[in-house]
Amino acid sequence: MLRTAWRSLLHHSFRLALSALAIVLGVGFVVGTLIFTDTLNNTFTNLFQDTTSDVVVSPAQTMGDSQQIGSVATLPASTLDAVSAVDGVANAAGVVLADGITIIGSDGAVLGTQGAPHLGTNWVDDPGLTPFRLTDGVGPSAPDEVALDSVSAEKGGYAVGDAVRLVGTDGPFTATLAGIFRYGTSGNLAGATIAAFDTAQAQTALLGGADAYTSIDIVAASGVSQDALAASVRAAVGTDATVKTGQQAADEAASAVSEGLAFINVFLLVFAGIALFVGTFIILNTFSMLVAQRSRELALLRAVGATRGQVTRALVIESALVGLVGAVLGIVLGVAVAFGLQALFGAIGAEIPNDGLVVAPRTVLVGLIVGVVATVLAALAPALRASRIAPMAALRDDASLPSRSLRVRAIAGAVLLALGVAGMVAGALEGGGSGSSLVGLGVLAALVGAIVVSPAIARPLVRTLGFAFPRIFGTVGRLALENAERQPRRTAATASALMIGLALVSALTIFAASAKASITTVINQVIGAEFIVSNASPRSPIAPTTAGQLAAVPGVAAVSPVAAIPAQIDGAVTAVVAIDPATFGQMVSLTTDAGSLADLGTDGVAVDSETAQSQGLALGDVVPVTFVEGAHDYRITAIYASAGEFSGYVVSRDSVDALGMNPSDRLIYVKAQEGADLDQVQAGLQAAVAADPTVQVQSQTQFAEEITSNVDQVLLIMVMLLSLAVFIAVLGIVNTLVLSVAERTRELGMLRAVGALRRQIRTMIVLEALVIAVFGAVVGLVLGVGFAVALQRTLVDQGITVLDIPWVGLVLFLVVAGVVGVLAALWPAFRAGRLNVLRAIATE
Amino acid sequence: MTTAATTTAAARASGLTKVYGDGEMAVTALDDVSVEFPRGRFTAIMGPSGSGKSTLMHVCAGLDTATSGSVYIGDIELTALSDNALTRLRRDRVGFVFQAFNLVPTLTARETITLPLDIAGRKVDEAWLDTVIDTIGLRDRLRNRPNQLSGGQQQRVAAARALASKPEIVFADEPTGNLDSRASAEVLGFLRHSVDAFGQTIVMVTHDPTAASYADHVLFLADGHIVDTMDEPTAERVLDRMKGFDGKGRRS
Repeated sequence: MLRTAWRSLLHHSFRLALSALAIVLGVGFVVGTLIFTDTLNNTFTNLFQDTTSDVVVSPAQTMGDSQQIGSVATLPASTLDAVSAVDGVANAAGVVLADGITIIGSDGAVLGTQGAPHLGTNWVDDPGLTPFRLTDGVGPSAPDEVALDSVSAEKGGYAVGDAVRLVGTDGPFTATLAGIFRYGTSGNLAGATIAAFDTAQAQTALLGGADAYTSIDIVAASGVSQDALAASVRAAVGTDATVKTGQQAADEAASAVSEGLAFINVFLLVFAGIALFVGTFIILNTFSMLVAQRSRELALLRAVGATRGQVTRALVIESALVGLVGAVLGIVLGVAVAFGLQALFGAIGAEIPNDGLVVAPRTVLVGLIVGVVATVLAALAPALRASRIAPMAALRDDASLPSRSLRVRAIAGAVLLALGVAGMVAGALEGGGSGSSLVGLGVLAALVGAIVVSPAIARPLVRTLGFAFPRIFGTVGRLALENAERQPRRTAATASALMIGLALVSALTIFAASAKASITTVINQVIGAEFIVSNASPRSPIAPTTAGQLAAVPGVAAVSPVAAIPAQIDGAVTAVVAIDPATFGQMVSLTTDAGSLADLGTDGVAVDSETAQSQGLALGDVVPVTFVEGAHDYRITAIYASAGEFSGYVVSRDSVDALGMNPSDRLIYVKAQEGADLDQVQAGLQAAVAADPTVQVQSQTQFAEEITSNVDQVLLIMVMLLSLAVFIAVLGIVNTLVLSVAERTRELGMLRAVGALRRQIRTMIVLEALVIAVFGAVVGLVLGVGFAVALQRTLVDQGITVLDIPWVGLVLFLVVAGVVGVLAALWPAFRAGRLNVLRAIATE
Repeated sequence: MTTAATTTAAARASGLTKVYGDGEMAVTALDDVSVEFPRGRFTAIMGPSGSGKSTLMHVCAGLDTATSGSVYIGDIELTALSDNALTRLRRDRVGFVFQAFNLVPTLTARETITLPLDIAGRKVDEAWLDTVIDTIGLRDRLRNRPNQLSGGQQQRVAAARALASKPEIVFADEPTGNLDSRASAEVLGFLRHSVDAFGQTIVMVTHDPTAASYADHVLFLADGHIVDTMDEPTAERVLDRMKGFDGKGRRS
């Protein structure tokens, strides 16, 4: 039977190649994802192994992600002295490493990507104590010298000896580029920019001049183990500091990265799964058609004595061979996909160190198994059906497969679909986390239900969608429609790839539009200030003098600075927002449930109603707040409704200043005078902050646009990945059409004989593809809209309050689907037009 | 093209040669054949397998091209025509009946009959269509699709399709090859009737002497040559003549 299978494979090699391509793509994406994430994990693990010293001492009191809020925990210089004196320490270096140094390119643009930190550090010469490796020049040794990571130097257009513009926590300054370095083997650290100074300058620029360090790196004397050294250092520094061995630090850093990567991994694998799922449909389709075409041949095999089992086995072996070939090619493609993903992530800002791709044996195995199993599963149903062909059918001219009723499918699909819709509705009504999972299950059930039910609805839908064909294209249009209706299963299976793709793309698009509309609505409703001044590098604060300069701009009625300070409340680290109660009310109108934000005084704290509820807080309750610099007991004077990103604890600026803190501004709201020319005011504000290139002045609209542009970026990446599903859908349509052209050779020949022009035959094929594609797109769009509505309703409490369905975009998707269908049909249509009339009508 | 002054033949061919393959493998299917199919007559082409009878029909009908020689349908020279022009000629002036009925499974009997007209975008002559439908006797099956019709009924529908556009000539390629004798008689009776009643020109390729006996005139082909002709044939005479060709078949 193996030989029969092999022969048949060769005989139908062209058609199988098309369907194998679907498997190649599916497997390619799975393998590519695995290689990509393995490579990432491996590089980061290596990076941290190579770049950490034997023992690391860091401040004990680390307020969680405090770097992101703006304050840096440090170790005093005395700790370095204490550590250096410990027995077994060969060398110890104080390290200053914190977010807060923005590099301005020679063209005046802020370097680095949005979201990635702008790191500043001190230069440590000992290569055992630093991950930085000079590639050019020397390390900075004077206060006016700087070294840059190689990516920043290149992007900023700086060479050794150039004057580099920088912005630190105390404002802009200039330094001479002394050297260029790499982070381990990588140009930089996953998109972060790094500027290195001598220790004094790093302390000035990052720590406000304190003689302190963010960590201390230690090299052990020879013969001293990391563990032993860590123990003695721990004894020396006491509880003021946390001591870790280099191995621990590396492991922790690597596992933190792995956690971050796990998300990417899952995300990519979901898309790979979609690609594979869609690809499996194409295989199923192909085998169904091949079996249908070969029913005579198979019946003949049965007639000459092949058992059912043998016929089934022959087809399964055939599919396994196809799957194997597809999987092997898919693994090769996967390597290319991994390169592509690296480029994609590089393009959006996360430069990934390239130590060569990691192709684990597990990856190859998974690729092979996935490819073969998916193909065999897809071929199993047609193979079983084929074995049911009666041997006598071989003697009849019209041997065909017994076709099953669509009723079972219609009922099963409808039930699944109904369950899915019920799940989505229930989830949307419930909302929150449990609601989301219910909606997720509902979406899945609805999607599968729609796939199952689609053959049953194919006929009426195709007729409805193509109602104009006969009128516009006459008989050719009618024939095209009837061809599309002829095999509802095939039509539905072909369309399902587009359906899945478009359901997901449209759901994401609607959801993104809704998120954007919600954000914009909140900003419009809540922000009364005409302008928002912020720092382009979000983690860098605004210079303390800026607020005063802005207030002096003609046309400005009021300015209101806002600071965010890391603090511990009830054991958890959070950002406390400090405002000026006198002016804040003009800028931001928050609805209060109780009390007033204007009454904060020096002891009051306002809290949003959800936090109040979850913490069991009421007006007048005392809330002890611990800052890095001190602690204070606040009393709740207001409970407000959170709006968009305005939530959490809010205190007055005065209360913070009273504790001796001088937090820098994160944001300054500017209210213009009534009737002032807003363009002029904005120009004036921009002039006022011109000295600091990282500070930007945005109008309310620009501010909203910047926030929503992040949504667009995420959407773009998802749509790019989903376009793979659309590409596979195109293959599916090509495949189906080529096979149906082959199947209908004689019919097409007859049409040509009785006078159908080549052009008419081509039009017929193209129209058939068009209506199949539009069918898939319409069902997909309906599903997508449903999914998005359910998701939006579920997340109303999370701030997605507005449902915005971009109809124009959805219509565009429909048009694109139609174009995709037409493009997919071009080649099969060309082939159909070229059919030799005589051969087509010749009797066998 | 309306004044067929030069000839009374519906179609004619002169010096037709058709060679398949080349070099050592070359097979001559037609060897300098000249033939005329007179208007309003029923001509049968007979011959053993491989005699070139199907090739002759295909070339005359514009389905295949000759290696050399010329073919006319009415007064139109086929050899010079482009594919589109040939297709239009087939559509407007030629009718076909094939051995395998070659019906589109999605079309009803009526849709099948009007298919060539529909493809051409021409108006259906309802009166003529009624006449044709009554002649094939399938008025009550017009809404049926091919799989709901018997073989004989399908072939009658195919024949009606060939006549619906009032072609100058109908080519029938073994129209009874897949039918039992009763169904064959129905189909052949219909073809005969269309010649007698409507003056239709028909050329039929067959290897069945009984089928040939319905024709006015029989051409006998062997090895690519016309070797004999017979007027007013009967099944017995044709059968006798055919016995002389036994064992000389080369290709089909």
